[in-house]
Amino acid sequence: MKNAVTAPMTMIQALRSAMDVMLERDNNVVVFGQDVGYFGGVFRCTDGLQAKYGRSRVFDAPISEGGIVGTAVGMAAYGLRPVVEIQFADYFYPASDQIVSEAARLRYRSAGEFTASMVIRMPCGGGIYGGQTHSQSPEAMFTHVCGLRTVMPSNPYDAKGLLIASIENDDPVIFLEPKRLYNGPFDGHHDQPVVPWSKHPMGEVPEGYYTVPLDKASVFRPGTELTVITYGTMVFVSEAAAKETGIDCEIIDLRTLWPLDLDTIVASVKKTGRCVVVHEATRTSGFGAELAALVQEHCFYELEAPIERVTGWDTPYPHAQEWAYFPGPDRVGAAFKRAMEA
Amino acid sequence: MSQSKPLTLHVPEPTGRPGCKTDFTYLQLSDAGKVRRPPIDVLPSETADIASSLIRVLDDEGNAVGPWAEEVDSELLRFGMRTMMKTRIFDARMVIAQRQKKMSFYMTSLGEEAIGTAHSLALVDGDMCFPTYRQQSLLFAREAPMVEMICQLLSNEADPLKGRQLPVMYSVRRLGFFTISGNLATQFVQAVGWAMASAIKGDTKIASAWIGDGATAESDFNTALTFAHVYQAPVILNVVNNQWAISSFQGLAGGESVTFAARGVGSGIAALRVDGNDFLAVHAASKWAAERARNNLGPTLIEWVTYRAGPHSTSDDPGKYRPTDDWSYFPLGDPIARLRKHLTLLGLWSDEEHEATTKELEAEIIAAQKEAESSGTLANGRIPSAASMFEDVYKEMPEHLRQQRQQLGV
Repeated sequence: MKNAVTAPMTMIQALRSAMDVMLERDNNVVVFGQDVGYFGGVFRCTDGLQAKYGRSRVFDAPISEGGIVGTAVGMAAYGLRPVVEIQFADYFYPASDQIVSEAARLRYRSAGEFTASMVIRMPCGGGIYGGQTHSQSPEAMFTHVCGLRTVMPSNPYDAKGLLIASIENDDPVIFLEPKRLYNGPFDGHHDQPVVPWSKHPMGEVPEGYYTVPLDKASVFRPGTELTVITYGTMVFVSEAAAKETGIDCEIIDLRTLWPLDLDTIVASVKKTGRCVVVHEATRTSGFGAELAALVQEHCFYELEAPIERVTGWDTPYPHAQEWAYFPGPDRVGAAFKRAMEA
Repeated sequence: MSQSKPLTLHVPEPTGRPGCKTDFTYLQLSDAGKVRRPPIDVLPSETADIASSLIRVLDDEGNAVGPWAEEVDSELLRFGMRTMMKTRIFDARMVIAQRQKKMSFYMTSLGEEAIGTAHSLALVDGDMCFPTYRQQSLLFAREAPMVEMICQLLSNEADPLKGRQLPVMYSVRRLGFFTISGNLATQFVQAVGWAMASAIKGDTKIASAWIGDGATAESDFNTALTFAHVYQAPVILNVVNNQWAISSFQGLAGGESVTFAARGVGSGIAALRVDGNDFLAVHAASKWAAERARNNLGPTLIEWVTYRAGPHSTSDDPGKYRPTDDWSYFPLGDPIARLRKHLTLLGLWSDEEHEATTKELEAEIIAAQKEAESSGTLANGRIPSAASMFEDVYKEMPEHLRQQRQQLGV
């Protein structure tokens, strides 16, 4: 977006701006969810939107995830483009049936007669002392579902561009927002002061309409020695680990988890010969397993070392042991070193 | 009361099991013409008495009586009669085709033909029904092409759903018939959302949601009622109480000593409880609810009291869990026989016409089946291409699906 008027925005403001832009551009866009209307969302992501667009476009919903997603599917079948919010990704489970059995399969089972052009926004991820039900990263629950697109931004610029692209997309999109990144980037150094987005170049966001394509990863940090495949908060943790270990990592921010940008991944691993996958979610059958399998399948002859996965432990997300659980820069850096030594 | 005896778990049981007779006195029945007809702007709380009685128009002699008896166009009645007959004959024919292994599966709606038929005739073009797998009468009332329906059942080369869906899971958008899902109750909430969308856009269309007695136990039933009430969505919430959910008696779904209509009142939704085998009552109640919704007066829940006369599906044997002759004792009888009596009384129908219509419909269905089979059957392998299996997962086929299609060599 060259020459566009930009403004410093947090991820919260960028997401709100995306919804504002799309509410303005398309009369079929409606925004609803728990505490989303008058109050403007528990994270302020929809602040002011109801006042601007009215209660029939932006409204509060009963505490019923199945109802929020189910009514959105019906609205999408009518022809609206609902953008609904599940307050925490940890609470999407009651809507599983509507997401997996309905939204994801509407187009397929009706041979295109009915479609579910809708976005389900969910704040996700840990690192905030959220405990078991305010910290989960359930992306693998969605990437396994055929018919869904799963997206996770890591910065305000991408957050706005990806959300606009998701709202415009004709497939159902699960839009996961790392709430740890809402106000500023976070590299895992919880003992150091948090820098706000206003001090980060990616906090400079165009005020108007623009998109970030859904099926393209970004090379967050170019490098030659090691490919890091990651997304969300772990992008910044990986960046810190690269700096601290001195390893010249190529950090790939997937942005769209599925369907993903395989070309960027494969080109990078073929170049570096080494690969570390990093995510907050638990390890077993996590999305990292799919990433590792894809890299192994497509880059077998170029790989110089086993693919490493640095992830959350296979436990529920604990409260007191937050920093022993969260894959911080030390743990990520150790994996980088192992991959280089192999 | 300080004395504690050991607690006991209550597990509802039907009165009739194989070899004995069902005691149908559990049905809260009313005589024809006895239940009042409230104005369409009635307060939901003021429908409590109606939700625990039964709206009926046709009496045992076939007369239309009481406040719900309306002047109904005679052509509509004759069309309704023919549509119910068509539904029943079609069902019977498809069961034969299933037994002949031409199709893998089928579900009849024997005994429930009046509900979808008369309801559909109370709606207008543009309204959207969110059916279950047992509302094929909605399609017949909307004159859906039978060949197309049978092609879906056969999963053949002309199947509009390209062989992706189990038989009877139709999708006919142009006729206001939403894509059927195997997951129970999901459509009940979606209907409310569709109705909310119509209201958001300032449209005049309404939604009609369908669910069975058993599926009311699913969470989406409760969710739909809450959302319909909260947003006053223009939707008719139809609960078809056919007394059975596969082998489970409606008491096990929560119907013991309470009606499903009462759930509506409890949720702040105007509710009616209606004789589902009384074509005239179904039509009048549906019109009332549609008018209420269209006038922005809010949702209506209607419990249709009927009986699932046939097996749950072609994979089911009801003789294992209920009396084989149960339907013959069901107090509300057979919807086709009851309308036939009424029409005959009015001079709008005769035995000769009934006979002739039966023959005509049988011939029409056989011809449609023949035409559909000319595009193949699941049995003879003339099915949609394997390549089409990868289409419509997303709007555009993503790279990984393109590769998987290539791996299959198609």
